[in-house]
Amino acid sequence: MKRALVVLVALGLLTALQFELPHVLNPYLFQIVVLCGINIILAVSLNLINGFTGQFSIGHAGFMALGAYGSAMFSLHVGGGWVAAMSAAGIAAPIAQGAALVVALVLGGLLAAAAGYLVGLPSLRLRGDYLAIVTLGFGEIIRVLILNVDAVGAARGLPGIPPWANLFWVGVGVLSVIAVSRNLAHSTHGRALFAIRDDEVAAEALGVNTTAYKVMAFVLGSFFAGVAGGLFAHFLSYLNPNSFTFIRSIEVIAMVVLGGLGSVSGSVLAAIVLTVLPEALRPVRDYRMVIYALMLIGLMITRPQGLFGSREISLSWLLGRFRRREPRPTP
Amino acid sequence: MSEFLQQLVNGITWGSVYALIALGYTMVYGILRLINFAHGDVYMLGAFGGYFLARALAPAAMPGGAMAIVVLLGSMVACGAVGFLIERLAYRPVRRSSRLAALITAIGVSLLLENGGILLFGADPKFFPQIIPARQYQLGAGVSVSNQQLIVILVSIALMLGLRFIVLHTRVGKAMRAVSHSHTAAALMGISVDRIITFTFVLGSALAAAAGVLVALQNPKIDPLMGIMPGLKAFVAAVLGGIGNIPGAVLGGLVMGIAEVMVVGYLSPTWRDAIAFVLLIAILLFRPAGILGKNTAEKV
Repeated sequence: MKRALVVLVALGLLTALQFELPHVLNPYLFQIVVLCGINIILAVSLNLINGFTGQFSIGHAGFMALGAYGSAMFSLHVGGGWVAAMSAAGIAAPIAQGAALVVALVLGGLLAAAAGYLVGLPSLRLRGDYLAIVTLGFGEIIRVLILNVDAVGAARGLPGIPPWANLFWVGVGVLSVIAVSRNLAHSTHGRALFAIRDDEVAAEALGVNTTAYKVMAFVLGSFFAGVAGGLFAHFLSYLNPNSFTFIRSIEVIAMVVLGGLGSVSGSVLAAIVLTVLPEALRPVRDYRMVIYALMLIGLMITRPQGLFGSREISLSWLLGRFRRREPRPTP
Repeated sequence: MSEFLQQLVNGITWGSVYALIALGYTMVYGILRLINFAHGDVYMLGAFGGYFLARALAPAAMPGGAMAIVVLLGSMVACGAVGFLIERLAYRPVRRSSRLAALITAIGVSLLLENGGILLFGADPKFFPQIIPARQYQLGAGVSVSNQQLIVILVSIALMLGLRFIVLHTRVGKAMRAVSHSHTAAALMGISVDRIITFTFVLGSALAAAAGVLVALQNPKIDPLMGIMPGLKAFVAAVLGGIGNIPGAVLGGLVMGIAEVMVVGYLSPTWRDAIAFVLLIAILLFRPAGILGKNTAEKV
């Protein structure tokens, strides 16, 4: 009951934001807010793989690309027709578009998840750095594949994707990935993932099916990466293989590590910081990426465990800190 | 057949370059278990170091050969110094932290070198001066080799032999092998682990710089982002041969260079970047330790 209320309030807030924010912010700032949301989904989903399970994936852009192209192809060839049919049947445009978008996102996510399963399987044999290298290779192969398949636009890019994604749907995506991660972290399955991260051999000895859990984390993480890709595609309505290079994966890793491996709230905050920072540094133009790089190095030297370590920021934690600061009553 | 042989010659040329870069990856990995993502950017700095040296020396009007040697050695020294600084300022402070923190630092250094390069040198490509004019030699059977390709191959072989001598027949080389085996045990034997790690970085960076100058001699177009792809591929080459294994890096580099040139020649240039990673995934699935790597049992 309480949970349903929270969901309703959140959806109401998102709707209000979707309608009000464009009046408050100029289009440029509005776009940054939406990109923040997409990056949050990416960071939290990678955190499932890297932070929760302690595996090392550096090919997240590849999964994102699969989701983006998969959902875009669906919308271009099937979803558009559905929306037209629904509109003809008298269903309001936002609802029709939203329904088609959800189907496209789920399909894109499933495509990415299937790829995640395929990449997750070698983790039966490979550990640590080798797994990292495989995911790196996978990400690059996806990009080269897109560059060579003419049906998805090859190097020209894929234009004309219906712009159905808006702040509301990005917000729904953000909330679902956070809800899934937090519930997972507090469940038996989440404990199993943490056990694998902390000591794989001990976890196995205690009866955790390490292989199944590692693959599960990969599949779940790549599913949400695919969803983020789909939102990205339907927000910008144009895709280019250059958006999904190795650098893109690196950016997402930087968010996860900066936020603190395993901390969902840390990932969220770091995603926002690392999306806004390069934009905020625009006034210093030429120096912006240099400053970004220096800050990354500096943060790793001073706080290698990330901003929050594996802690979570929650309302009760904040209140607890607040209470401790209260002055003691003097006798 | 002659076309195949010609491709083979080109492939070996590229392969030597990959091998030189891969050596740096493999040495650092062997000693620190760190994937040094900034290594490809040191290769870029090597090309730029050579570019500025060659322009500064242009008024001296030296003969081409002497000039090339000065440029090569000068750039190697400069990049050795850069390697020294990177290790001291960025990697040493995070050595006690998690490996992931070290990896992110490496990525940060890589971004810093690329964007610092754009800031200092400009994003537009520069043209490396023609120190040694190209000349073609016919080898018969329709196969030809240019003097520049010969230089690339011969200098690479000389550097690799030099490295082999250092690693196998000097005290510092022995110390390097000891450190890669175990930091603690090496320290107990009186080896200064920190100094050996620094030395490894300097050595690897100098080799990458040599690769940068050699590439610039025959492909004169250089820009600050030129190191990303060759860096990744050289890393793949190091894994292919068995990471941490020095002869493996050379073999991996050659396999990579030849495979790439063959794909460009017989398939399509757009697939060039994919072959490296297809090779990588294949080797990791069937022989994760690499071609020359030893399978080590995991200790519990």
